[in-house]
Amino acid sequence: MAFFDIPLPVFMGQLLIGLINGAFYAVLSLGLALIFGLLNIVNFAHGALYMVGAFVAFLLLDILGIGYWPSLVLAPIIVGLFGIVIERLLLRPLADLDHLYGLLLTFGLALLLEGAFRHFYGVSGERYAIPDSLQGGFNLGFMFLPTYRAWVIAASLIVCIATWLLIEKTRLGATMRAAVENADLVRAFGVNVPLLVTITYGFGVALAAFAGVLAAPIYSVNPLMGSNIIIVVFAIVVIGGLGSIKGAIVSGFLLGVCEGLTRVFWPEASNIVIFVVMAIVLIVRPAGLFGKAA
Amino acid sequence: MKLLRTMLLAGAATALASPALAQDGGISDDAVKIGMLLDMSGPYSALDGQGSVVAVQMAIDEMGGEIDGKKIELMTADHQNKADIGSNLARQWSDQNNVDLILGGANSGVGIALQEVTSEKNIAYINNGAASAALTNENCAPETGIHWTYDTDALANGTAVAMVKEGNDSWYFITADYAFGHKLEENAMDAVKANGGTVVGNVRAPFPTQDFSSFLLQAQGSGAKVIGLANAGTDTQNSVKQAQEFGIVQGGQKLASLLLFLTDVEALGLDASQGLTLTTGFYWDQDDMAREWSAKFEEKHGSKPTMVQAGMYSSALNYLKAVKEAGTDEAKAVVAKLKEMPIEDAFSRNGKVRADGLMVHDMFLAQVKTPDESKGNWDFYNIIRTIPGDDAFRKLEDGSCEAAKG
Repeated sequence: MAFFDIPLPVFMGQLLIGLINGAFYAVLSLGLALIFGLLNIVNFAHGALYMVGAFVAFLLLDILGIGYWPSLVLAPIIVGLFGIVIERLLLRPLADLDHLYGLLLTFGLALLLEGAFRHFYGVSGERYAIPDSLQGGFNLGFMFLPTYRAWVIAASLIVCIATWLLIEKTRLGATMRAAVENADLVRAFGVNVPLLVTITYGFGVALAAFAGVLAAPIYSVNPLMGSNIIIVVFAIVVIGGLGSIKGAIVSGFLLGVCEGLTRVFWPEASNIVIFVVMAIVLIVRPAGLFGKAA
Repeated sequence: MKLLRTMLLAGAATALASPALAQDGGISDDAVKIGMLLDMSGPYSALDGQGSVVAVQMAIDEMGGEIDGKKIELMTADHQNKADIGSNLARQWSDQNNVDLILGGANSGVGIALQEVTSEKNIAYINNGAASAALTNENCAPETGIHWTYDTDALANGTAVAMVKEGNDSWYFITADYAFGHKLEENAMDAVKANGGTVVGNVRAPFPTQDFSSFLLQAQGSGAKVIGLANAGTDTQNSVKQAQEFGIVQGGQKLASLLLFLTDVEALGLDASQGLTLTTGFYWDQDDMAREWSAKFEEKHGSKPTMVQAGMYSSALNYLKAVKEAGTDEAKAVVAKLKEMPIEDAFSRNGKVRADGLMVHDMFLAQVKTPDESKGNWDFYNIIRTIPGDDAFRKLEDGSCEAAKG
């Protein structure tokens, strides 16, 4: 087995790198799962909004001189508000129609956003520097871990856990979960469900933008960055179980690691391994790892 | 029976529509039609894409938009880096539009597919941007196909040989996993070994890849003195950027970007790319002629031309000159004429189209400037030396294009 050809330190390094990539997957699939759970919309614009998040951070710096730390909060808010506008103006009228309409609309939206940014900024990408406070790295013995990558794991974990707590442990979260189960009944209790839906979409989109800001210093800020990642993230949501928050987080990290290890054992297959896992999961557990059978 | 009749009808229709006029010389359907198939929106569109269209239009304008009263028409399409899309478009242009020349852009997979279609359909084909030397070796079509700007052999002979001679003699390759990367890796490995170096390993990264950290870590662990990047475009940018993040250069290993474009350096910034050794077929600041043309290009496109864009201009211009001299746009006649002409313009120094279809011309070994050395926008390279065409490219007799050796 190839596994034994690889010295432990290298193996540990790859494990860690997988976790870092998994962190991006987790934050993105979390947003997708939230939106799917409450709105029943397959949000194909998620990747594009992740890209917009990165661009907003870039533009805040380029035009207004606002640095990384404020952007980490501002960009998700700006993009989240944009998401709220999308939900109110475009998605709301489709709420009673088949899923397919929402999917087509968000897919079109993704193409529009990507096309617009490509028109103005080209594909070669913009630079976004790692903030000074996160420069450098640690020597872990088995690998050199850049400080920024460590921060990516930490920030993603915090956001994922906070979101999970919000949904599982707070009154707002309880109402949201109830609305997922039976929106009409919750409305009969006097809860403003449409508002809840709008907020959820805005929050899911803000999560995508947050991941975008996290990604900006590592990858070039590039109009195509979203379309490269979105298909993988969809697969992860399916593996975790559509609409399952915990499933999205756990499978995000898990599949990041899975992909990372494939890059060592069989690098050529690393961009399809997630889909292979998806196929297997769908055969064995059609509802996904954490999904409830319909 | 019905099927047979349909096929016969289709055959007859194609025969009627095809430019059978070519045999009696002259320009078919009263127009010289150029079709460009390139990456207009993907990872190679910055170094090629719209800039290449602008460059070819400049060549057409320079010829006055017509040849002996026959209009020059330009069509463009996005091959989306997919060989099947590229070949379908080429067939369509051949069957419906009677295209005379196809200019193929970056992506070797598509480039090789187009070579087959164009030679079957007897269309002149010039590629700028696809790097694979297979175009003038195992996949050569010397009667119709020409490879213009650079190829993987020239890149390897330039960068890899220069670095091995400086004592950087053990290499690990990170390779884009398709036709281009494989060929570049193969050529570079040969060059390293031929000059006394060793190859300690390689890893094939899917194309395109965003996160190279895993591959970089494997390269770091290999202990090789040089990490050779056999990739291009956004793949190169991401790998160079992340190599810096993971402290690879600080750790004492050197990076060799075997194919680096001006637009990559612009996107990376000099901080991240300074000191990289590279081989290029053209640099806008190489001499007066190049500077003058590049300034005109910049006015129209907003950036200095990459070697691919300059090569597109040069190949279109010389093709049109050859059509004028040959008095026909029949593919074989024009390509034969091109092989007689010296190729000398804003792009090419001491250029000639060889029997196997390779446009041999001077290449440059360059190094990316430090931020202090650079005098501003686009002032990115120090030219270390000129590599004469005959040294830069593989010799005809060493190649595998049997049809051209005769």
